[in-house]
Amino acid sequence: MSKHSGPPGQPDQPQPGERDAWLPVSARKNRRRRVVLADPRGRGRVLRTIIELEEQTSVGEKLIRDLIRQQLRTAAVLGVGTLVLLGALPLLFYLVPAVSDVEVAGVPLPWLLLGVVPFPLCYGVGYAYRRLAERHEHDFVSSVDR
Amino acid sequence: MTRNLWSLGLVVVVAAITFLLGYVGSRRANTTPDFLVARRAIPATRNAAAISGEYLSAASFLGVAGLVLKDGIDALWYPIGFTAGYLAMMLFVAAPLRRSGAYTLPDFAEARLGSTNLRKFCTFFVICIGVLYLVPQLQSAGLTLNTITGLPAWLGGALVTVIVVVNVLGGGMRAITLVQAFQYWGKLFAIAAPTFVLFAVFLGGPGNGAKPVDHADVLRFHEPVSVTTAEQVRLQVVVPMELSATGQVNGGRADGDVFWTPGTYTVGKGTVLRFEAGAPVPVVEGSPTDNEHWLKPQTGGPSGLFETYSLIFATFLGTMGLPHVLVRFYTNPDGRAARRTALHVLYLLGLFYVFPTVLGVISRLYLPELLVSGKTDAAVLLLPETMQPNLLGQVLGAVVAAGAFAAFLSTSSGLVVSVAGVVSTDILPGKVRDFRWATVLTGAVAIGLALVLPRSDASLTVAMSFALAASTFCPLLVLGIWWRGLTWVGAVAGLVVGGGLVIGSQAITVISSYTGGWAPSVFSMPALVTVPVSFLTMVMISKLTSRRRPEDVNQILLRFHAPDPLGFMRDRDVQRFGTAEEKARLAERRDPRAWDQP
Repeated sequence: MSKHSGPPGQPDQPQPGERDAWLPVSARKNRRRRVVLADPRGRGRVLRTIIELEEQTSVGEKLIRDLIRQQLRTAAVLGVGTLVLLGALPLLFYLVPAVSDVEVAGVPLPWLLLGVVPFPLCYGVGYAYRRLAERHEHDFVSSVDR
Repeated sequence: MTRNLWSLGLVVVVAAITFLLGYVGSRRANTTPDFLVARRAIPATRNAAAISGEYLSAASFLGVAGLVLKDGIDALWYPIGFTAGYLAMMLFVAAPLRRSGAYTLPDFAEARLGSTNLRKFCTFFVICIGVLYLVPQLQSAGLTLNTITGLPAWLGGALVTVIVVVNVLGGGMRAITLVQAFQYWGKLFAIAAPTFVLFAVFLGGPGNGAKPVDHADVLRFHEPVSVTTAEQVRLQVVVPMELSATGQVNGGRADGDVFWTPGTYTVGKGTVLRFEAGAPVPVVEGSPTDNEHWLKPQTGGPSGLFETYSLIFATFLGTMGLPHVLVRFYTNPDGRAARRTALHVLYLLGLFYVFPTVLGVISRLYLPELLVSGKTDAAVLLLPETMQPNLLGQVLGAVVAAGAFAAFLSTSSGLVVSVAGVVSTDILPGKVRDFRWATVLTGAVAIGLALVLPRSDASLTVAMSFALAASTFCPLLVLGIWWRGLTWVGAVAGLVVGGGLVIGSQAITVISSYTGGWAPSVFSMPALVTVPVSFLTMVMISKLTSRRRPEDVNQILLRFHAPDPLGFMRDRDVQRFGTAEEKARLAERRDPRAWDQP
């Protein structure tokens, strides 16, 4: 399926019906198809497991529960970690006022800690999350193809 | 006068480009999905620029520098919160929200919990937050136009409303995407260029006799200054001082030289205060009075600490509940693209926020008079010409003014689109015509409120809408996406309790501000209390009503979390508003027997 054949709103969606539209309905399902998993462009199709997942067989349900738990754990660890890191700063400044007297390159340390550091930190955490979340999804797609 | 012409000229240029890009974007917009979610076909980088353009509102462009000027280092939590809130949104919400296939926040609630009652509650809160966010934008637009050209304040808001409404009428989300992406880069340039130039000037030495900000003393005027108050202000004086006042002071008539002992003074509207060089700067009540408190973090004692944490809670968790931010995520092609867009936004935001901080610090040396009048939001606008009273200053001032104008336009258009989308699909039948009517209605209500309501700092009103979003939609989204146990009854209870507490505490704050300021800070910064309460309510009530859990909750969560290549995503706007051809394509895309839900 080439990129421009999709409808404008859903360029990344597979369209199973298109290719074998000339076959009778019963034959469509049984037709041999080439299944590409985890295609870098994200256009793989895994029909058998999809149906398993949809009907929530015990295997399918366990798979998706694990994925959700894994994604949530990643997000929570990164999110709470960032919150603790940034959230410790006001308490630190409150309890140890001496921090305010430290200067780095002529700028008081708190101004650097609040005015500059949080932004690359947020980006870094976001980058890590994107990597991890996409890896989990990639692994999931691979694991449903047995 | 030449300065006005420069500024006015650049503002007109911004408006013209806005119209032009809006026209280009809306040429092919004719269906409801076009208007609501731009057909979900916006590439990640452009979408990220559009989101940043929309997100960096007047509160960021003008407000952050103003708050730094006034409150010092503790104000830096605003930009941090605005950025980290985006991170929270990316971690917990972005991809599953897009995969839900919803087209508005109320639609997400119905998709997840299958309740039209809940949908109605969400509609109410979306309109609340949207309008609450829109009003300060329009008011600040008035302030900006008034500051740079002297035109009456109502004209700025009206102008922004007209431009935005006309643009949105043409093509809805499709029209404004390109506009907002352009406006991000416009804003970045408009704040970066003056910052570089002014910072270079500043490094060359203040040159105006001002003491450096770390000078251990109260802030002092470095030249004779005359300040006319535009509205009633309460000023704190900590060092005995002499000044000359003409007008109302503490309810009595003042005319000529007066001597102020330490204390609080109420200065009436239109009073002229004249200060000698070297006189201490009286500051508006609630701000640090000396350099030490301004420069050092957490000098406000336990209540200051509470306020900081409450602000962290409100902004970190509130971003994900802002309807105009969420609706942009629906325009991504799929969940993965939504996540990538969010990451890109983090980088764009971090790039931007360095600049207003620097301008806020510099403006303390050059514009102490703003601390007296309380109009600190104007700092960024006035700084270039105060530092460089020549052609360079005029041009830079005009660039900043144009950037501020772009900020009002992009944020307002995002808000108008999101509110109009909700109004047209939930209150009206949802055709393109209804969307257009909803746009006009939203614009009219917002400008009406902007003219009637009193003005306060843009960032503070915005902080209030963050608190509301954090206490209502944040728990709904996080629990809805990650927890199977949520029921619609629990969700409604959480929305009502969280939203009710925030609205109630705001009402108390407003009443207290008119009757002597007796309310403690927990009422003006309620998020630290209301967010956990709202979460708890949702969980408890959901557990009590666990029979009402949607039967197909497993399928729904599967759709939210299954990787995009598996093709579970189903766009609800196409289902409801798409043409017959689009619907057929949608049905054909997947094996139909899996979806027995209507």
